[in-house]
Amino acid sequence: MSTQTIFSPALAARFDRMVTLYPLRRSALIPMLLYAQDEVGYLSEAVISEVAARIGITELDVRDVITYYSLMRTAPAGKYHVQVCTNISCMLRGGNELLAHCKQRLAIGNKETTPDKLFSLEEVECIGACSWAPAVQVNYDFHENLTADSMDKVLDGYRAKG
Amino acid sequence: MAYLVSHPDEVKLISYRFGKGATDIDKYLELDGYTAARKAIALGPEGIIAEMKVSNLRGRGGAGFPTGMKWSFVPKQSAKPKYVLVNGDESEPGTCKDRLIFEHDPHSVIEGVIIAGLAIGSKMGFIYLRGEYRYLLKIMEKAIDDAYAKGFLGKGIFGSNVDFDVISHTGAGAYEVGEESALMESLEGKRGIPRIRPPFPAVVGLYGGPTVINNAETLATVPHIFRIGGAEYAKMGTERNGGTRLFCLSGDVAKPGVYELPMGYNLKKMIYEVGGGINDGRSLKAVVPGGSSTPVLLPHEIDIGMDFDQVGKAGSMLGSGGVVVLDDSVCMVEFALRTMKFYQHESCGWCIPCREGTDWLKKTLTRVHAGGGVAKDIDNIRYLAQNMLGRTFCPLGDAAAMPTIAFVDKFRKEFEDHLDGKPCPYAHQPEAALAGA
Repeated sequence: MSTQTIFSPALAARFDRMVTLYPLRRSALIPMLLYAQDEVGYLSEAVISEVAARIGITELDVRDVITYYSLMRTAPAGKYHVQVCTNISCMLRGGNELLAHCKQRLAIGNKETTPDKLFSLEEVECIGACSWAPAVQVNYDFHENLTADSMDKVLDGYRAKG
Repeated sequence: MAYLVSHPDEVKLISYRFGKGATDIDKYLELDGYTAARKAIALGPEGIIAEMKVSNLRGRGGAGFPTGMKWSFVPKQSAKPKYVLVNGDESEPGTCKDRLIFEHDPHSVIEGVIIAGLAIGSKMGFIYLRGEYRYLLKIMEKAIDDAYAKGFLGKGIFGSNVDFDVISHTGAGAYEVGEESALMESLEGKRGIPRIRPPFPAVVGLYGGPTVINNAETLATVPHIFRIGGAEYAKMGTERNGGTRLFCLSGDVAKPGVYELPMGYNLKKMIYEVGGGINDGRSLKAVVPGGSSTPVLLPHEIDIGMDFDQVGKAGSMLGSGGVVVLDDSVCMVEFALRTMKFYQHESCGWCIPCREGTDWLKKTLTRVHAGGGVAKDIDNIRYLAQNMLGRTFCPLGDAAAMPTIAFVDKFRKEFEDHLDGKPCPYAHQPEAALAGA
């Protein structure tokens, strides 16, 4: 498997090891897809094809799994994927208003990407930050106890990083 | 990073190492780390299970099943390997406690897995974290590597003749995977769809082998039970409800946070003293006592002890420890709708009553909240929810139906106030909080 790969050498090596860890090879599927998505940006045809081959299942099996999990996507998102929680604890603390604020600030709607591909926005379900609401995850980073001002600072920070 | 809070009424057992740098294995050892696992090796399987039964520890995922009894169901002899599976797929709205455990005390989870493994004769454990908790996966991976380096995992752990391996694993966003049989499906690389039971996981679980599945907080508590003794642990709580638990206070409360309090701690006191009362000087309207799937309680129903039996007697459930506080400005129809939107989104679609029920409930609640409802909608909501109860393979259908029934029964007038094109008469004002006022 190590000869032809679309992944970086480090990730390919990690995948080589992951499939041997579990009692069943297929157990590595979900983490592999997520790590592949982190590197490639989304689960492209090429990713699906290589992951299926590495596990030894069909591409249909892989697609069957992808459609189930909320974090997996088959189209690119922005470099910074802004995920605003509006579930009950966040809602009580202004999650809906925070989402509206992000829409206005980024000038995009839910599940849309800015023209420069820097930001994408998504309304998400509970992210486990209930006691620090309202909360947002940008990629995997948590930002909590947000106000409109501190949200702007968070977005400005990512924009400055480019 | 999650923030730590403190209150004098707290009993810091599970949170004893929080904020003390215990992600570092040497610091963990300094703070009595891995002493419990050594004790457990000396005790042997029967001794461990006996001590667990004495402790009265009940599962912290929500169902409250006695942990010692769960472990005792695993057959001693098995042709297939046995497994321990940590449920760290924390996703119940209102719940953010396991996050603190993984962030501040990852070794307590590993130690709990080792002890569970010793109790049932397993040689392999899995720690499953929800996909959103990526930073915690990194903390967990390092903790596992460090435990291997010290000889606490791998061949002949702690110099004994017992072998034990632990693997950390990530999910990818699915509430349903927090259900034990769907969790096993997900760990086997499949869609998280529940399995029919019996057989129960203790007999036929992961990869077809006998499996113990416990919530992360449950397993993180186990080393503390062996550190202080099962009887001592039991005494901290109430009858049949041993010890302490992490309560996640959220919503319209002045001091939200995760507080460790003894089982049976008074709910009213928790909100008004520990949580500092209702935000912005408003008054209390309702409390969701144990995560979004637990039936809502009214202000006159909250003078109760927070243990599985007392909250059950009050008509709700202790659940996952997520206490969500609602002030008098919250629209209960909007709250019911937001709750149902979640369950509709997360229903895996396997069982028709859940798949169709959550969808129709969401549609009907949307219509009522928007002012386009008719009188019959209110009865229909209740009727639909009632007919979902107990008719699905896993508890997600119940989790969606139970709170909905309570919302209609306890706030019927609010539903009626929305009928016949009337605008929503309740104006919750989180904009003020958002402006940082």
